[in-house]
Amino acid sequence: MTTDTTTRPKGSEVTYTPQDGLLLEVEDLHVEFHTPDGVANAINGISFSLHQGECLAILGESGSGKSVTAQAIMGILDMPPAVIPQGHIRYCGQDLLTMDPEQRRKTRGPEVSMIFQDALSSLNPVFPVGWQIAEMFRVHRGMNKSDALQQAVALMERVQIPGARDRVKAYPHQFSGGMRQRIMIAVAIALDPAVLIADEPTTALDVTVQAQIMALLQELQEERQMGLILITHDLGVVADVADRIAVMYAGRLVEKADVADLYAAPAHPYTRGLLESIPRLDQKGQKLSAIGGLPPNLMRIPPGCPFNPRCRMAQDVCRRDLPLLREVAPGRLSACHFAEEVINA
Amino acid sequence: MPEVVLSAQNLVKHYPIRKGVLKRTVGQVKAVDGVTFDLHKGETLGIVGESGCGKSTLGRLLMRLEAPTSGTVAFQGEDWSGASGREMRRLRRNIQIVFQDPYTSLNPRMTVGDIVGEPFEIHPDVVPKGGRRKRVQDLLDLVGLNPEHINRYPHQFSGGQRQRIGIARGIALNPSVLICDEPVSALDVSVQAQVVNLMEKLQDELGLAYVFIAHDLSVVRHISDRVGVMYLGRMAELGEEDEVYSRPTHPYTQALLSAVPVPDPTLRGKREQIVLVGDVPSPANPPSGCRFHTRCWKAQDICSTEEPQLVLRPDGHGEHLSACHFAEAREVVQTVDVSDREPDTRFSTLDVGDIPGLDTGPDGVVEEHSDLLHDDTARPPRDTTRLVDEEPEGPRAR
Repeated sequence: MTTDTTTRPKGSEVTYTPQDGLLLEVEDLHVEFHTPDGVANAINGISFSLHQGECLAILGESGSGKSVTAQAIMGILDMPPAVIPQGHIRYCGQDLLTMDPEQRRKTRGPEVSMIFQDALSSLNPVFPVGWQIAEMFRVHRGMNKSDALQQAVALMERVQIPGARDRVKAYPHQFSGGMRQRIMIAVAIALDPAVLIADEPTTALDVTVQAQIMALLQELQEERQMGLILITHDLGVVADVADRIAVMYAGRLVEKADVADLYAAPAHPYTRGLLESIPRLDQKGQKLSAIGGLPPNLMRIPPGCPFNPRCRMAQDVCRRDLPLLREVAPGRLSACHFAEEVINA
Repeated sequence: MPEVVLSAQNLVKHYPIRKGVLKRTVGQVKAVDGVTFDLHKGETLGIVGESGCGKSTLGRLLMRLEAPTSGTVAFQGEDWSGASGREMRRLRRNIQIVFQDPYTSLNPRMTVGDIVGEPFEIHPDVVPKGGRRKRVQDLLDLVGLNPEHINRYPHQFSGGQRQRIGIARGIALNPSVLICDEPVSALDVSVQAQVVNLMEKLQDELGLAYVFIAHDLSVVRHISDRVGVMYLGRMAELGEEDEVYSRPTHPYTQALLSAVPVPDPTLRGKREQIVLVGDVPSPANPPSGCRFHTRCWKAQDICSTEEPQLVLRPDGHGEHLSACHFAEAREVVQTVDVSDREPDTRFSTLDVGDIPGLDTGPDGVVEEHSDLLHDDTARPPRDTTRLVDEEPEGPRAR
C-alpha cells in the first residue's frame, strides 16, 4: 500500500487491518552488529507471529538476542553498527523493513509501541511527565497543548497514578521507580497501539511493585485487546502472564510452545536445564542442578547446535548439523535433534 | 544448637542529611534502626527485603566497613564495633565479604593471583610468602576455576567466573563468617545455580557461616537455614526458613511472598495475591509505631502509636520472632517438600566447577571448546581437603 503522506492532514493515520487477528509476523529475521572486533551475529533467523489479545513471552538470558528482536521490530536499532541482512517484519501484512521511513515513523506509537526496562533513563529528565505523555497526542494527532494535557491526565489516572491532576507537572525524578514505570506505560499506550512490546518491564523493580505493574499490564491488554510481547528472563513472570512462549538462545529460537505445555514437558535441553536450575519459592529442600558453562560469544557461535558445548545430550550430529526449529508434537516446536527424547524424558 | 559466631545487638546506622553552605545536619536517614540477631557456626542466615530496607548497610556494618551509630557486633563473644586498627584487622580475618557486582568489585589492573592473594599481604602470617602462589592456585581450584589462569585479568572472565574469584578472595583467610551481599543477583539464571551450588559445597567443606543478603526470595529460601525479613531498617520477622516461608506471621512477609511469581503456569490465578498499595516510605522519615502500618491491611490505632517488638509469637505450629501486634500465621505459599527428590541430571549438572574447554581466551572471548567437554575423566580430580589440612593452625583455633 502506498500513501501520499504529504497531502494527508496532520495527524491522520494510514489504516492497518489485521487479517484473522494476525498482527505481527516476523520471518527469518537476521541482525548483525558490525564492530571493530568483528561481526556479532545477534539474531540468526527467527520467525514468530503475534495475534490480537495474545501475550507472547520471549525468554532468554543476556546476549540471547531478545532485546535486539524488540528493537528491530520497533525500528530503533542503531544502524550502523546494526545491519539487517535478511528477513521480514510484517505488521498487518506490510513489511516494516521496506516501508519508507516517514510511514514507519507513523506506526511507532499508534500501531506498535514499547516499554523499556529502565524508566528513569527512558524518560526525559528535563520535561514534566505530563508534557511527555501529551507529546504523543501533539505529535501524532496534532492536538493542541491544553487538550493534549487533558488526555495526559486521563491516562495517568488510567495507569493508577494517585493525584494525577496535581502530578502532571512533576518531573521524572520526583516519582518512585514503580510510578515511573506507570508513566512509561501511559506513554506507550497513549495512542492505543495494537502491539505493545514490554522489554523487561519489571526487572528493575521490587517484587511487590513488580506484581502491581504486571497486573496493570494484563488489565490494559485485556481491555484493549493488544498483542503483547513480553521480553524477560524470569520464568516466574512468564508462567504468571504469558499465553505462548518463545525461548531464545544465541540469537535463535530453540523452543516455542503454549506456556502450560512448555512447563509441563520442555522439548529442548536448554529449556529443561533452565527449569531445573531455578530455585522455587514453593519448594523446600530443593536441590539445584545447573547448566554448566556459559552462553557462546556471538562472534564465535560454535558450529552445529549453538547449545552443544553445554548440552549433556550432545552427540556428533549436534556438533556438526544445525538443528532447525520443527514441530515435534502438536503445537510444539523445538530446535533439537533429539527433541522427541527430551519431551518424553 | 551450634555456638554463636557473630552476634549483632541493637545495631543502628543513621546517615546525616546535610544541607546548605554550612552543611548543617537537617535530618537522618535511618538505614538500619535496631537490628538484633545471632549467627551460628556453619549456618546460613538469609536477609531479605526490598531496596532501601537497609539490608546492604547491615552487611557493611557486620563487616565493619561502616561504623555503627550505636549497637554492637560481636565475633565469638568479642565486641568489635568499637575496635580500631590492629584489633580490627585481627578480627576481620574471621569475617569476610563477597560483593554483588563482580564487574566493579575486582580491580581491573590486578591479576587474579594478586586479587585472591592480596589478603595474605595484609595477614602475612596466614601463609608464608613462598607458599602463597600455591595457595592461591588451590583456592582457584576450590572455587572451580582453572588454577593455570592465575595470571589472567578480571576482564578475561565471565560474570559467573568473576563471582567465583570474589568468593576465592573471600575464603582466602579461612574465615568463619562470609557476608554475601547479593552474590548472584547480577548473574544469569543458568549461571546463578552454579554459584549457589558452589557456595553450598564450600559451606559444607569449610564449615563457613553465611549471612546471605538478597532480594530474591526464592534463592534465599533455597540456601538459608534461617531467614530475616527487613522493612525500613528493622527486622519484621526472623525464623527458621520453614517458619518464615510456610507460616509467616507478619503481614509484610505475607505480602512479599504472595508477590513472588512461581514458575508453574498451573498455579496461575490459584495463588493468593496480596497487593500492597503505595510505595515504601522514606527511611529519612519512617512512619511512627509499626513502620509497615501505612501499607498494612490489618493496621489498627495501636499500630501507629506503639512499635511492635520482635518477640516470639505463635505461628500455629510453634512460635518464632515477629514484630507485629496482630501476628497470625497465614499460608500464602503452598510448600511442597522435595528434599527426598533427586534432581534430574540428564540435562543439567550438580558439578560446581566451571566446564573446561569453555574457557575465556586471552582476548576475553569464549574459545573453541574441545572434546574434553564431555569427558569427565579428563579433568584432574579435585582434592578439596588439602587446603584445610595444610593449614598448620587454623584461624578459628586462634
